[in-house]
Amino acid sequence: MAEEIKAGCARPTGSRVGEAAANGGNQQKIEEEETVILIGRKAPDFTAPGYHQGKFVNLKLSEYLGKWVLLCFYPGDFTFV
Amino acid sequence: MEVLSVSVDSMFVHKMWNEQELVKMVKGGVPFPMLSDGGGNVGKVYGVYDPDAGVETRGRFLIDPDGVIQAYEVLTPPVGRNVTETIRQIQAFQLVRDSSGTLATPSGWRPGKPTLRPGPALVGNVWKEWKTESAFE
Repeated sequence: MAEEIKAGCARPTGSRVGEAAANGGNQQKIEEEETVILIGRKAPDFTAPGYHQGKFVNLKLSEYLGKWVLLCFYPGDFTFV
Repeated sequence: MEVLSVSVDSMFVHKMWNEQELVKMVKGGVPFPMLSDGGGNVGKVYGVYDPDAGVETRGRFLIDPDGVIQAYEVLTPPVGRNVTETIRQIQAFQLVRDSSGTLATPSGWRPGKPTLRPGPALVGNVWKEWKTESAFE
């Protein structure tokens, strides 16, 4: 599912789950105005680099359509809670 | 259920945290992808980025197979999550979805406890089906 990437300084990009990005560009900045999260509405889509079991990957939220997803944000690695 | 974690740390730091510390807590290390949101752009869209601290708060979003957000919870950094409650909510949302919306889970529901079937017959009769103590059991 997730595409393996080379070690670099990639930044997240995105639009909304199940919808094409406005300019189709992979480097398009996430739409700033869509900052209101409402339950019962589609989640904002994004593509982000990450680490997964020994590999660096590039992962898009909408690749998970058809599955339940638990998306967890946290303040930082090596913190205490 | 697929888990994705996100912080502003780079994927390199994720690798080191997993190898240096998390592997000592979880056998084999973290099984799910640890995403990097340097700059906090994903966090801003989800309303969990704290620009003063430059980090993301403890936000948790439950997204269904259609990409729809069914639940979220956001905590400030010093307080950790209740994973048991998160799992209970996942079980409840999955039950409702599997019933095509014909069932609902009342307050205090957990697997094995009675569900409700909303409809004309239930109006004014919830007191027969659900007791206040059920919220606390």
